[in-house]
Amino acid sequence: MAQQTAHEAAHHEHHHEELGFWRKYVFSTDHKVIGIQYGITGLIFLFFGFTLMMLMRWQLAFPGQALPGIGGLFQKIFGDKMVLPDVNGHPGVMTSELYNSFGAMHGTIMVFLGIVPTAFAAFGNYVVPLQIGAPDMTFPKINMASYWSFFLGGVVMLASFFCPGGAAKSGWTSYSPLANITDQVPEFVAAHPVLGLIFNGQSMWILGMVFLITSSLLGSVNFITTIIQLRAPGMTWMRLPFFVWAQLVTSFLLLLAFPPLEAASIFQLMDRVAGTSFFLPSGLIVNGAQIHISGGGSPLLWQHLFWFLAHPEVYVLILPGIGIIGEVVANNTRKPLWGYKAMVFAIFVLGFLSFIVWAHHMYLTGMGAAVSAFFQTTTIMISVPSVILLTALILSLWGGSIRFTTPMCFATAFLPMFGIGGLTGIPLAFNALDLYLHDTYYVIAHFHYIVAPGTIFAIFAGVYHWFPKATGRMMNQFLGRLHFWASFLFINGIFLPMFLQGMLGMHRRWYDGGASYDISKAIVWGLSGFDWNKVISISAWGLGLAQLPFIFNFFSSIWYGKAVGRNPWDATTLEWLAPSPPPHGNFDHAPEVHRGPYEYSVPGAAQDFIPQSEPTSPTAPAAPALAH
Amino acid sequence: MDSATDTVLAEQFDEIEQQHSADTLGMWIFLATEVMFFGGLFAGYAVYRFSFPHVFYAASHHLDVLAGAIDTAVLLCSSLTMAFAVRAVRLGQRWMSILLLGVTAVFGAGFLVIHGFEYHHEWTEHLVPGGSFAFEGADPHRAQMFFWLYFATTGLHSLHVLIGVALMLVLAVLVLLEKITAARFMTVEIAGLYWHFVDVVWVFLFPLYYLAGAR
Repeated sequence: MAQQTAHEAAHHEHHHEELGFWRKYVFSTDHKVIGIQYGITGLIFLFFGFTLMMLMRWQLAFPGQALPGIGGLFQKIFGDKMVLPDVNGHPGVMTSELYNSFGAMHGTIMVFLGIVPTAFAAFGNYVVPLQIGAPDMTFPKINMASYWSFFLGGVVMLASFFCPGGAAKSGWTSYSPLANITDQVPEFVAAHPVLGLIFNGQSMWILGMVFLITSSLLGSVNFITTIIQLRAPGMTWMRLPFFVWAQLVTSFLLLLAFPPLEAASIFQLMDRVAGTSFFLPSGLIVNGAQIHISGGGSPLLWQHLFWFLAHPEVYVLILPGIGIIGEVVANNTRKPLWGYKAMVFAIFVLGFLSFIVWAHHMYLTGMGAAVSAFFQTTTIMISVPSVILLTALILSLWGGSIRFTTPMCFATAFLPMFGIGGLTGIPLAFNALDLYLHDTYYVIAHFHYIVAPGTIFAIFAGVYHWFPKATGRMMNQFLGRLHFWASFLFINGIFLPMFLQGMLGMHRRWYDGGASYDISKAIVWGLSGFDWNKVISISAWGLGLAQLPFIFNFFSSIWYGKAVGRNPWDATTLEWLAPSPPPHGNFDHAPEVHRGPYEYSVPGAAQDFIPQSEPTSPTAPAAPALAH
Repeated sequence: MDSATDTVLAEQFDEIEQQHSADTLGMWIFLATEVMFFGGLFAGYAVYRFSFPHVFYAASHHLDVLAGAIDTAVLLCSSLTMAFAVRAVRLGQRWMSILLLGVTAVFGAGFLVIHGFEYHHEWTEHLVPGGSFAFEGADPHRAQMFFWLYFATTGLHSLHVLIGVALMLVLAVLVLLEKITAARFMTVEIAGLYWHFVDVVWVFLFPLYYLAGAR
């Protein structure tokens, strides 16, 4: 006991240690600062990645026409080789090279620099230690290294836009052999033999990925040890908030899936710079001539190693989102999560199965009936835990007295959107159907329903939900509603027509939106004779505008939002016990946990919520046992 | 509570045991990522060995089994001295710790030197893939794949050894400066975990490359 008081005294001294500006806000080891750094950087990258797509949508809706207004500037930035004048001489038509590099970088940025840092790293860093009652992460310095490694990866990715030849163009999947031989500008390589091999789109992409992978690995080591080792007294496993479970499983996915891609990236980089042939087959013909390589490699090996990462990565994108939605739903329905234990087991099953479904991305490679049958079976199996999660969340709404706060708006929209995304994935699990739908807009619509109105809505729900904790102020409800309804409308305007186009056969990589094919009118426009390409593009720009209220709301609320106390949402979990914003070390006293995470509307209790830290001691003024 | 423990305990922990298990757990989890990383490299090996086994059989004969065996012995010895070093630090034997950490570093450096001679030998034998590659056998193109894998995998492993040697030297200096004492033995213990892992990877590399020819 004396030991404990001595500790508390020691802790107390730490709290008063004043740090300089750089140590406090830039090279900070505090999990909350790191979480906010991750969040802001991630949100900026999300908007940047979306901007690339808004530019590409111009080319799809109005092929061959110069970008209005910004065409001249655009040509200045990317040069005359990447941006051409149109038939009237106005500058600003993107070439197919630029279009491809935007497409590849849109995917890369959204996945690795947008969603993973925001949904996983930002919310995980900020919320997880608070929810388990810990003063910080187990390894604060490693946590800082994780952020700065991510930051460097982002810088390398952005720098790649300005390499000779532009950014990577081989898709976010970087399939071999294309990615092994592309992007090297011969004149530049001849002038600078060493720099020329590294300073080009695809090599920079690989280097950037190595930084991002390192960042995620350091982050997940920290998350796992923190959740296992630093839970407050009484925080037993089944008292963990659902969000913490989601983060734990996500950490394991990142931890085990990313390193093989790191190995594969090293192989691919060596193919590009050292002349190896790990992924290059014999007799490869490029531009009509056989290229000078030793050959013998297998391009399929890259696909296997890539998708061994990238399928678990899909669940890395959605699980933190489901975790956030779980918290928001329980809080705003004023009810415990329905089937909490089943949900916890479901995410573990999901995490395990996600490692044995990867080849369903590769049906088109002709892998044979036996292997296809195996991966079809596992893919159908993985829909079971996903349906358990969605069903539990929907049933949680039943009979609740729902508070339609801004985070709850996003959370309620998440449920059907995730449902659409998930259910449209089931046809893709079957080899026979996938051969037809592969690489069409149907696939684009399917996975975007999961990550865009799915995960990104969950991110918005999380921002609105935890903003008062991080700043001590509420975000504006009216602007929040405006942001929600406009986003909801436009995001469906983007992705619903894509199902139609995809089922008619529109290919996902047509650079002119299908204009150069005679039959494309029927495919692109559908039976209605409606030009869906234009509808989708206008919706995309509308979605861009719909983010303005959010950006304004976010910054103005930091200073002018309504000031609130510790627990503005009447929530039960531990983060609401700490002051808003929590100081270094988080809690006034080390918290103790006495009950489960979602004790809302307990019959007979004085309030409709009982915080996890509330003792259950019989001597405490008892909840009235009379009324029944 | 003694003053030594007080400065060792980081602010986010309640007790020293908690900190120790967190440190150990963190290192084990990091090693799990390393297993998956080398797993990716081994997957590449498995695919190509399965695709053209005879070439791997023939190419493996060109590696120096004796040198590989000495490599293995040196690394295994270094693991022994590492284990003793951890014990010495825990017992607070300052000079013994420095000696054992130094010997571990010397073994690691010895491994790198022997491997350097092997690489040099392979260079002079024209076994390094690329322009000057020469291989008398049925399929020189595919034999290049064996040697690419060999250089990539052993090269990455040697990089791990190099990091380990640097780590041992830093630890020895820290013990000398009394920055690491018996109370802070955990730093040496988790460095030891890393060292043993690097050792174990070699135990897999040795048969896969040197003994694939089954002489």
